[in-house]
Amino acid sequence: MIRFVLAFLSLVPLVAGAQDAKKEVEKYQQMLGDGSPAELWELEGEALWKKTQGPKNVSLEKCDLGLGAGKVAGAYARLPRYFKDTDKVQDLESRLLTCMTDLQGRSLKDATARLFGNADRPSEMEYLVSYVVGQSRGHKMAAPVTHPKERASYELGRKVFFYRAGNWDFSCASCHGEADKRIRMQDLPVLSEPAGAQKAYTTWPAYRVSNSQLKTMQWRINDCYRQMRFPEPEFASEATIALTHYLAVTARGAPYRGPGTKR
Amino acid sequence: MAGPMKMRATLGSGYTDVRVLMTHPMTTAQSNQPLHFIQNITVKQNGKAVVEAQISQAISRNPVFTFRIKGGAKGDKIEVSWLDNKGETSSIEAAVA
Repeated sequence: MIRFVLAFLSLVPLVAGAQDAKKEVEKYQQMLGDGSPAELWELEGEALWKKTQGPKNVSLEKCDLGLGAGKVAGAYARLPRYFKDTDKVQDLESRLLTCMTDLQGRSLKDATARLFGNADRPSEMEYLVSYVVGQSRGHKMAAPVTHPKERASYELGRKVFFYRAGNWDFSCASCHGEADKRIRMQDLPVLSEPAGAQKAYTTWPAYRVSNSQLKTMQWRINDCYRQMRFPEPEFASEATIALTHYLAVTARGAPYRGPGTKR
Repeated sequence: MAGPMKMRATLGSGYTDVRVLMTHPMTTAQSNQPLHFIQNITVKQNGKAVVEAQISQAISRNPVFTFRIKGGAKGDKIEVSWLDNKGETSSIEAAVA
């Protein structure tokens, strides 16, 4: 009898667990999001944005993120986009590098000295990104595809998304191209369709609880390529910006909800 | 030097909810680095201590705390401060909204 009861008891959580696991993960994510340390990153980032630095001893407050010099509110929701001064399509990270070099007069070596930080020593880039994206919270995603270079970037990004290569012959679409796929308990959104892209892209960059750290979109792409066993992509390269652009355009219309919080 | 803190204090019906974020490494004995963690947290309402907490290493890095305090009114001054094992301290103030 006791054995029977035990067997029965152990079965119930298994069945219920499979059904409720998704709900529980969602509940956990909601709890994480309420009171996210990402807000602390935003504060640090704002201080760095206003701090005078470099040979020209100026802050980034005059940095043009696409809406005009010094306009930060809503700027991230309209990135990546074409910039006339550099004659390139740029994402947030590459644009920040442009401002650090052109506006502050810093060398590219200095500006790119620490692109990815760790919990003990976060990077300037991660702080700055947190601040800027936080200023787009609630703004509708609206990355443009009007300039010929923007159209080319979007097309390149789509190509990159479906491009299979590497040791495992993977592409982004191998994991993010079909519904109902997951890695462990993490649902993988279909990023080639608006619903999935809107759900995922609007919550990146994000604070990773397991790393105690805020991760940028450039990091997200870099790490996806590491997981796919590709050669490491260059930070803010044409390909990574194009891929970001493709995702941003696919996510258009949804309000930005980041910086997010991930497990 | 202590990093930023952030706090929100909101009035409910008959209670005040305080949510506070702290920047702290909360280094534990499991790491090979010197121990560094918050030991004491004090919540004050209009200068009077309403919560005295002792915490240890079982708290995550950059912790978030929420407290529900009985009563309260709009404009009440809430102050949260922490003290760690190295004697470093930080605090933040906000009015109940």
